[in-house]
Amino acid sequence: MSHNETTEDKIIEDEITEDEVTEDDVELIAKGAAVLGAGGGGDPYIGMLMAQQTLRARGPVPLVHPRDLSDDAVVFPVAMMGAPTVMVEKLPTTEQFAEAITALSRYVGKRVTHVACAEAGGINSTIPVIAAAELGLPLVDGDLMGRAFPELQMVLPTLAGIAGTPMSIADEKGNTGILSSVDNPWSERMARALTIEMGCSAIISNFVMDGATFRAASVPGTLGVCRQLGRAIVQARSAHRSAVDAVVDVLNGRLVYTGKVTDVARRTATGFARGTATVAPLTGQGDTLTLEFQNEHLLAARQHSGGQHIEVSTPDLIIVLDAETGDPITTEALRFGQRVSVLGAPCDERWHTEAGVALVGPRYFGYDSDPVRAVRQQQEMVG
Amino acid sequence: MRIGIDVGGTNTDAVLLNGNTVVAAVKAATSEDVTSGIVTALGQLRQQHDFAPDHIDAVMIGTTHFINALVEASRLAPTAALRLGLPATAALPPLVGWPERLVQAINGRGFLAHGGHEFDGREISPLDPDEIRRIAGEMAAAGVTSVAVSSVFSPVNSDFERAAAEILTAELGDDVPISLSHQIGRIGLLERENATIINAALRHLAEGIVTGLSASIAGEGIAAPLFLSQNDGTLMDVEFARRYPVATFASGPTNSMRGAAVLSGETTCAVVDVGGTTSDVGVLTAGFPREATVEVSVAGVRTNFRMPDVLSVGIGGGSRVRGHDGRAPTVGPDSVGYRLTQQARVFGGDELTATDLAVAAGRADIGDRSQVAGLEKSFVTAVLDRISTDVADAVDRMRMSDEPLPVVAVGGGSILLPDEFPGLGPVLRPENFSVANAIGAAIAQVGGEVDRVFAIAPGQRDAVVDEARQDAVDRAVAAGADPRTVSIVDFDEVPIPYLPGNATRIRCKAVGDLQIDRADTRALAGNGPGVGGGVGR
Repeated sequence: MSHNETTEDKIIEDEITEDEVTEDDVELIAKGAAVLGAGGGGDPYIGMLMAQQTLRARGPVPLVHPRDLSDDAVVFPVAMMGAPTVMVEKLPTTEQFAEAITALSRYVGKRVTHVACAEAGGINSTIPVIAAAELGLPLVDGDLMGRAFPELQMVLPTLAGIAGTPMSIADEKGNTGILSSVDNPWSERMARALTIEMGCSAIISNFVMDGATFRAASVPGTLGVCRQLGRAIVQARSAHRSAVDAVVDVLNGRLVYTGKVTDVARRTATGFARGTATVAPLTGQGDTLTLEFQNEHLLAARQHSGGQHIEVSTPDLIIVLDAETGDPITTEALRFGQRVSVLGAPCDERWHTEAGVALVGPRYFGYDSDPVRAVRQQQEMVG
Repeated sequence: MRIGIDVGGTNTDAVLLNGNTVVAAVKAATSEDVTSGIVTALGQLRQQHDFAPDHIDAVMIGTTHFINALVEASRLAPTAALRLGLPATAALPPLVGWPERLVQAINGRGFLAHGGHEFDGREISPLDPDEIRRIAGEMAAAGVTSVAVSSVFSPVNSDFERAAAEILTAELGDDVPISLSHQIGRIGLLERENATIINAALRHLAEGIVTGLSASIAGEGIAAPLFLSQNDGTLMDVEFARRYPVATFASGPTNSMRGAAVLSGETTCAVVDVGGTTSDVGVLTAGFPREATVEVSVAGVRTNFRMPDVLSVGIGGGSRVRGHDGRAPTVGPDSVGYRLTQQARVFGGDELTATDLAVAAGRADIGDRSQVAGLEKSFVTAVLDRISTDVADAVDRMRMSDEPLPVVAVGGGSILLPDEFPGLGPVLRPENFSVANAIGAAIAQVGGEVDRVFAIAPGQRDAVVDEARQDAVDRAVAAGADPRTVSIVDFDEVPIPYLPGNATRIRCKAVGDLQIDRADTRALAGNGPGVGGGVGR
């Protein structure tokens, strides 16, 4: 009996072409996407299997950096919406991914030139790979968040004033819907209701943009970052180096705390895996760390005799890794006794604007705090 | 009295138990046909302590035979997998991700048909009997002799799996057994389906083996009921074992841990099994092993069996020890393994092993002690401290709370361990640990389990929790447990993200002592506890 076999050894040996996504890349991207999921975004395993299956049949997907997009390119982001718990049971159809895009393309009357990723964290990293392969189109190396967030309006295009609709939604039965909303939070509400009716797992496409707009309103290179993260973890392990350090390096982040999970208190609240986890020192006495989560980790605070000190908060990334293997641990999988390393990593700078903080800052999620950055900024350190 | 038998790959162990007291314990070689090894073991048992066959209340067998058949990819039936869920699920057909060798060994064929349910019990599409009949025709033409049926969200609603099974049996005949996924696994379609296909591939082998086991017991004049141990440490009767051979897969480590625990008199403890190469640490809570939460791959196939959570560290009796000249010593992870009795210093070899250090420290008296007399005392202490620290660290990782946890040490290498772990407490070393597996089988109880997603309306949590607990208790009693002894041994409640209506997954397990007189009437056939959390009804 052994844990899953991987293609890790093979991957290390291979030359990796950076301008396409191959079957082998998918495993690395999925691993890295679980890191950027910051505890949420769903386990990318099923998405990885489907993407591998599709690429085996159809060959690699070309990967285009946003800087290389022509201004008049027509970019369609695509994502899965619903409960990852459902997706591991009610597997999708291959057609569903392409159908969300073609339905929207028909409605807006524009021919798709590129497929894009809406959310680089979690299962949604591999969904656009499948859609691009099915449609025979190139994939843009970038996404709309640079991490995982729980709601549709929580994307950079919202900050840029781009409407989230028209939007398409497709289920596995062949049903499709087109939504148009007065603002982006409304697109979330309507799509959520439809997703539930569709059995809690649907594919959506929204925020259709031309090349110039996409370049301005996306985080460039994030699929590449996922692949780089996956590769860094695999290589560190095979060289018996610290995979945690490797992740810190790739993300320019900071190791906040290493310890043992001593408590996970979950609260039932509609639609969210809310709770608080406590991490304590591996040996003896010392400060503890509390993690507040709602699907994603949102706040990490050091608890000491004098009170508490927030180490990192949303919108920056709080990432929990197995302290030894570097494998990311989702908030659902957190449990007593795990040895974990907690990392903070900077998010895209636009999330730290006033509008960004209003959309995804601690107060939006009910924590009475200003955002706390993972890494102090350059000018502060100089000054 | 009870007889416990452990049929391993190499040895067949048997014990005679009066209550929890070991009256006799023997080891025999496992035979190719399994049964003659058992007959030999039973004969030895009688020589050691003669018993009247009618004084035996029950016989419990734990075996690795079925998992070995899978790992060796031999003796497997030509198997088809039928999945109900179209138009959903087509992106990943059955047998995806299986090793090619194993697909060939079972001549595996996957079929997709309409059916399946949503998370809330609505139908994805209705079952199409004509479609199933057409597929049955293809199966028959392909020489399929065993079928696995899975349906989307069958843990929520198992109707389609049952209906499809009826159609398949009508078309293919009673000789083609049908394995249903809701009886085998939990939510996670691919993993549950994989486990069901494995079960299907083992059905004909199970038929032969179980018949042989029954015959070998009856041949000794023992009329008592026969049980097999399951992955979770509870029992199934032979009829259930015929239908769910896959339920025996992890019974080996489970029986070993439970046997060690009962020998030491502890029910909540860590069990450290120190072998030649590794120390394997598991944790028992209320007498049952904690289960691993990650998906487990068996013979290269991803499944969601309930396997005991075991942490292995590379320290055993044969571990090589290095670092003489003032440097901090290291122990393992490489080991001389089974060559210990030739290569270790105390046996006249050149390799310095962990066993040599235990002898030098006076913890054990094996081999030639003079061979290690020259080792510096400070070095010996440093090595044994290193071992103690590393194993204690592994135990600490497995602890679920800061409460002190007794440590039970078994296995030939347990001489490496100190009498007390700092911060953890004393190390208990039970007698008879070499037959812990057979003892674990003999003391097994009967269980019932619920693993379902519940929609919890505001203010209804207590009622839902009560319903789940009662359901688990009812299942344990239905499976043959004495109602007076049934209690809840495990309860876990996890809210599911992104689902509406406060969907919460509740897992609950109830266990009780086997009701011997009822078992005698064979009343439990056909009402097994569900393998690894079967949840349908």
